[in-house]
This record gives sequence, structure tokens and C-alpha cells, in this order.
Amino acid sequence: MTEHEPQTSLLDAQGVSKKFGAVVALRDASLTIQKGQIVALMGANGAGKSTFVKVLTGALRPDTGHVRIKGEERRVGSPAEARRSGLLPVYQEPSLIPDLSVADNLRLADTPVDDFRHWVAELGIEGLRLDDMIGALPLATLRILDLARALAAKPDVLLLDEMTAALPTDLVDKVLRTVRAQADKGQSVIYISHRFAEIAQICDRATVLRDGETVGDLPIAPGVEEQVVELMLGTVLDKAPTRDAATGHGGKGEAHVRVRHLAAGSKLEDVSLDLHRGEVLGVVALEGQGQDELFEALAGMIKPTAGQIAIDDVPVSFSHPADAIAAGLTYVPGDRADGLLMSRSVHENIALPQLARISKWGAIRMKAEADKVAAAIDRLQIDTRAMGEVQRLSGGNQQKVTIGRWIAAGVDTLLLFDPTRGIDVRTKRQIYLLVRELAAQGASVLYYTSELAEVPAACDRAVVIFNGKVVDVIEAADADEPTLMRAAYGLTRAEGEPA
Amino acid sequence: MTAETQVREPLTLKRVGRFVADNPLIPLVVLLLLLVGVLEFMRPGIVNERWIGNTIKFAIPLAMLAACQTMTMLTGGIDLSAAVAATISAFVMATQVPIVGVPLAICIGLLPAILMGLVNGFGVAVCRVHPLIMTLGTGLIATGCLQVYQRFVIASGSVVPDGLAWLGTGRTWGLPNSLLLFVPMAVLIIWAQRRTGFGRLLYALGSNETASRISGVRPWQVFLALYALSGLIAGVTGLLYVGLIKAPSLSLVNPLLLPSVAAAVIGGTSIFGGRGGYGGTILGALILTVLGTLLTLLQMPEGARRILFGLIILTVTTIYIRLTEQSR
Repeated sequence: MTEHEPQTSLLDAQGVSKKFGAVVALRDASLTIQKGQIVALMGANGAGKSTFVKVLTGALRPDTGHVRIKGEERRVGSPAEARRSGLLPVYQEPSLIPDLSVADNLRLADTPVDDFRHWVAELGIEGLRLDDMIGALPLATLRILDLARALAAKPDVLLLDEMTAALPTDLVDKVLRTVRAQADKGQSVIYISHRFAEIAQICDRATVLRDGETVGDLPIAPGVEEQVVELMLGTVLDKAPTRDAATGHGGKGEAHVRVRHLAAGSKLEDVSLDLHRGEVLGVVALEGQGQDELFEALAGMIKPTAGQIAIDDVPVSFSHPADAIAAGLTYVPGDRADGLLMSRSVHENIALPQLARISKWGAIRMKAEADKVAAAIDRLQIDTRAMGEVQRLSGGNQQKVTIGRWIAAGVDTLLLFDPTRGIDVRTKRQIYLLVRELAAQGASVLYYTSELAEVPAACDRAVVIFNGKVVDVIEAADADEPTLMRAAYGLTRAEGEPA
Repeated sequence: MTAETQVREPLTLKRVGRFVADNPLIPLVVLLLLLVGVLEFMRPGIVNERWIGNTIKFAIPLAMLAACQTMTMLTGGIDLSAAVAATISAFVMATQVPIVGVPLAICIGLLPAILMGLVNGFGVAVCRVHPLIMTLGTGLIATGCLQVYQRFVIASGSVVPDGLAWLGTGRTWGLPNSLLLFVPMAVLIIWAQRRTGFGRLLYALGSNETASRISGVRPWQVFLALYALSGLIAGVTGLLYVGLIKAPSLSLVNPLLLPSVAAAVIGGTSIFGGRGGYGGTILGALILTVLGTLLTLLQMPEGARRILFGLIILTVTTIYIRLTEQSR
């Protein structure tokens, strides 16, 4: 809220654009910071935030536009060079080397130890010994250490990427107060966060990105949340895919999969949901709100730390994905590289689950297998002109293979994690249709998507997860993008009591 | 600037690469025929029925030991204890024949090899020790055990059963008798790799263990069975090899260890797993055997021969991998 005269700003990025092949990541991004300001950088998934950060830190060279720090042109260079130039990023993944002690890590970056100790104490970490190994410390502590190290280096501009994710409340409070106090002493901060409450508490301005373009630069004032959400959405609504498959008959009767107070990993805290037969239940969440852990726990990849899962009212617990599969829960991971045998054929990829059990280790009934695989390929319209290795297929066709595997095996409950990420529009539509069709045939689908516009097209209902907890349940009819976006950012509806 | 033009550029090399990747055996057959051609050119008349029989006879134990490497390599592993397992089987069998008779001696001989395989499998599957370290370790331990064992049986002497000698060295209609053992085994392995669930899982685990787990595969079961099977095949190889050499010793099969790895690699099996097959390995074993003959004919000093042998293996493997990797 500091007023400033239009002197040369500390950091000034104007008209930045960046293309990767045919994909335009940034079109016209800009950002300015004066001394002592905290600016929130905001944007929905795919708005170009991460690319912009890379350009700001000098990891990527922009195609057009310029980035100036203290009036000096930003050059692409090593992290050490970036450090000297006065902009220091603190990323979500702490950049500390696990196999070295705290002191050794400080030495690597030439951090003054006394300043570091001061900041560690200030940020509320007690009993830290410098000869502690980094790998033995909890994630929350590491994030604080990373921040303390950055503060000790006295950068002109500090870039904090989701600084408060994975931190307990008391530490969040300390971090926010420390950062604000530093700003009041003249430190500038770029603050990337999904949490409006924090932004309202400490930031001076919010710069909003949409489709690679800076669409707004607002002072933080009461009610700014709504403005920011509107800016992030733009006028995309008319582009929303329409739903042309028959409406599922889901959401009625007894729950097929019942999840109660599930917690897992460091992010999933307390999720309850009911998935019915014939229902496509959407999961809406910003990145890193615990949805990965939810899917992995349901798929038997990780063990929940608390809570229950029940299938048709029978409690289950999985120690291996094979247990989940036996219970009918089949998983399509978000990263296709995790789901595919890249060096093997489409055929072998699709047939894989049918050979998993020891009783299937013997001779394969080739004819029966070929029929099943052909049926799945046919149903998904997989383009198999490149008959060899799966890695030769396009992304969309690869994704169809990971889904086709479970179609061939017989679908009961399908856990789809962002199945349309990075694939073409036509394949996306095919996937929505397929999901609707499976539901119409009685399957249950849990469908996480990072594209909000997909929810009304593919889902019957959507649960919104924020901070590891379900904050809202929205019917498909009400699930327009603004509603979902507000919910995903933890802005509960006026009447909104989570179901 | 679109992706398509970028793909088009190295098209011819890429096509060759894809062809090789889809038909990996063809360049190997060509190389084998080329080597035989060179041999015939250097010493006209050498390539006759007798020479072919001999080459096959010596290539078979190598190809059998390389089966252990091929199958473990398909999962991204390796079996460095295979040669020791083969040696133990041969030695224990030969020393037990005077005591318990031939059939029982063969069974007793195979036991330590299977046991080694199970220990390897347990270490790799359950304790998640890297196969290279695990099999190196069991190999060393087993070598030590064999030396201790030798002290107990030194008095009773050793006998190589006539049946094994017949299988190892004999010929019928010009062809080595060992084909009677080898052909069914090779057919079985190739069939298993392509047409059984177990074989497919070897490729799956080597290609992507996470994807396999997500698909419901429990990797430890496969690894345990795989290394036990590898031990068994190594044991059988040892029995055949002692029939060929007819003199059991404490390091009988050991010189075949690294060539067995080389045969699998030359045959197109990726040490990172997921690619290859036993057909290529058999050709690899033949190529190595012919190459050995060729270098002997050159009458070079032993050292120079080894250098050349190593260089040729490196060159062939590099070219082959380069070609197939074009398609990635």
C-alpha cells in the first residue's frame, strides 16, 4: 500500500513472450516491482506462471520483451549468476542437498552463517544443529531453512513459490509476518500463491496472468478476490465443451466406493467422498492440494495414514496396487511415463494387467488376448499405424493405451488422474465420451482434471479439494468455471456448507 | 517449425533404425555370415561340415549361459553368479558320481545352483539389492564354499559320466549331440518369452516397474522365480560343459561369464531392460565363437587378440545400439 513515484523500478519485465515449438506459453507478460513491495503473481493452471518465473530468474531466454533488474538487462545464466543479479527464488521443492549437512549446504551457496541462524530463529525453528543432515529433516523445516538461506543472502527481490504449502499453521503465520516485516524494511517480494487469505494479508498488489498475458495489475483491497477470479477466467466460457453424451444415472442409492476422513502423505489431510455406480465424480483442486495422494492411496500405491476406504460397505485396505485392482479400483496415472511400457508394443501394454497374477504366468491364450486387445483398440480408436513401441505414438494415443488396458480387463472403478493433460482437442472429446459411456454401463469413475471446463462436460458432480480437505461438492449443472475456480481457491460460496 | 518437419530430417537413418528395431535379428545374421565369409576367404576350405559342427558345439554352452544373462537383463538385471553356479553344479556332480551314482549325482549337483538362484532372487526381489551386487556377492560366497567342499571330497576323486560326455562331445550325422538338449531349451525359452505371462512380465518389469505395479504385478514374485530359473539353467549348462571339457575344476565355466554377457548384449538385449530376446543371444554366441576362431587364425599374440576381441565387441554393440536408438 506504499505509494511510489514512477522512478525506475527494482524489477521491470515488459512484453515478455515465449514459444515452445507451436505452443505459446507466454504472449505478453509484464510485471513491475518497486522497492519494499510484495506483489502476488496469480494465474490458473496453464496460464504461463512457471514459464514467466523461469524467464524472470534467467533460466529461460524470452523470445521478445525484456526483463530489467535495477535497470540492468537480465541475462540467461547459471543459478549463481542469477543469485548475484539480485533476484533469488525459493521454490516449492527445497533446493538443499539431502546428503550434506546444513552447514555444508550453506557453504555451497556462500551463505553467511550468523545471518542464517538469525533468520532460522526468527522463523520459528528451534533446536536446529548445523551438522544435522538435510535428508533427516522434515519437509516443513527444509522449506523454512531454504527461506532463511535466501533471506540471509539479502537479495533485492525474493521470489517465493507457494511458500506456505506443506507448512503447519504456526509456521505459516511466522513466515507471513517475517516477510511483511522485511518488505516494510525495503525488501521486495514476488509472492506466488493460491491462497487468497495470505495474499490479502501481506501483498500490496496482484498481477494476474491468463493465457500467457498479463491481464491485470490490481491493488489489494477488500473484494479483490472476485476481481482476480474474473480476470483469471476471462471470457473462456463460450469455449466450454458441451456435454453430448447421455446423462449418467449416477449419484443415487448406496455408495460404491466410500471414503471417510482419508489422510495420506504430507498433503492429504481429511477427505471424505462417495462414489456411486454409474457416476463420474470430478475432483477439482489446484496443484498440490492432496489430490495426488488421494488417487495413490485409492490405487494402493501409498498407505493412508488415517481414515477408511470401503467398497460396497466392506472396509478395505491396500498394501499393493494388486489389492486395489482385486477390489476393482484401477488407476491411470497423470504422468503417462508412469503408466506405460514405453519400449513395448500397444498390444503388450494393453494386455499387461491380465498377466499379472501368478496363475496367469503360463501359456497365453493368444487368440482370446488378441480379441480383447483389438476390442479395446477399436473402442478407443487408437491409431496403431505405428505398430511398434508405444513411445512412437502421440500423447493422445498413449493416453488411450493406458485407459484401454483397463477397458480390456473390464472396468469397475476407474481412477483417472488428469487424463487429458497435454493432448489434442479431438482426443479429449473422445475421452469425455468414453468416460460417459463407461458410467452409463455401470462403472464408477473418479476424474481429476486440471481443466475446469471439463467438469461440466464429463462429470456428474465434483468435489473440490483445498489444502488437503474437501471444501465443496458441486453438481454438474452448477459447475461453471467461475464457481469451480472460486471453490478451488478456497473461496466458499455464501450458502456453501460442504456436503 | 512444426514438429513434423523436425521429424522428417533424419528420415532415412530413422527408417533403418526402425527396421532394425522391428527386425533385430537380420543385421546379426548378416554379421555372422560376413564373419564366416572372411574366415573362408582367409583360409579357403575351412568352412566345412566338421567346422560347423565344432563351432556349434562350443557355442552351445556359451549360448546357454547367456540365457541366464538375457532373461535377467530383460528385467534390467544381470546374473554374474551364473558361471560359478555352473561350475559348482559340474564339480559337485562329478565328485558325487563315485559316491552316489549318476542319476542322484546330477540331482545333487543341480541343487546348489538352484539355491544360489533363490538367494539371488530373495536379495533382488525382497531386499532390493541391485542384481549386479547381489549376484557378484553370491558368486564369491559360492566360490568359497566350493573350495571348502573340495577338501571333503578330495579323496573320492571325480568321474564325468559317459552320458554327459556323449552329450557334450558326441556327434550324430555330423551334428553335435548337445543340440538334443539345446534345441528344446532354446525353443522353450523363446516361446516362454513371447507367449507366456511370465515372459511378458520380464519385459514389462524391465520396461517400467512402476507401470507394472500399477497394473497389478507384484515384482518380487517375478524376480524370485526369474533368478531361481537362471540358477537352474546355469546348473544344466555346467553339467553339459563338463561333458565337453571332461575335466572338472574349481574354475571350469568361469571364463564363459563375460562372453555370456557379451553374447546377450551383441544379440540386442538392452542391459537397461525391456528390449531384446533369446534369438539374438543365440546369434550373439555364434558370432563370438566364430570371432574367436578368426582371431586364433590370425596367429596374433594372446594380448593383441584380446584387445581386438574387446574392440570388435564395443564397435558392434555401439553401432547396433545407435541404429536401434534412432527410433526412440
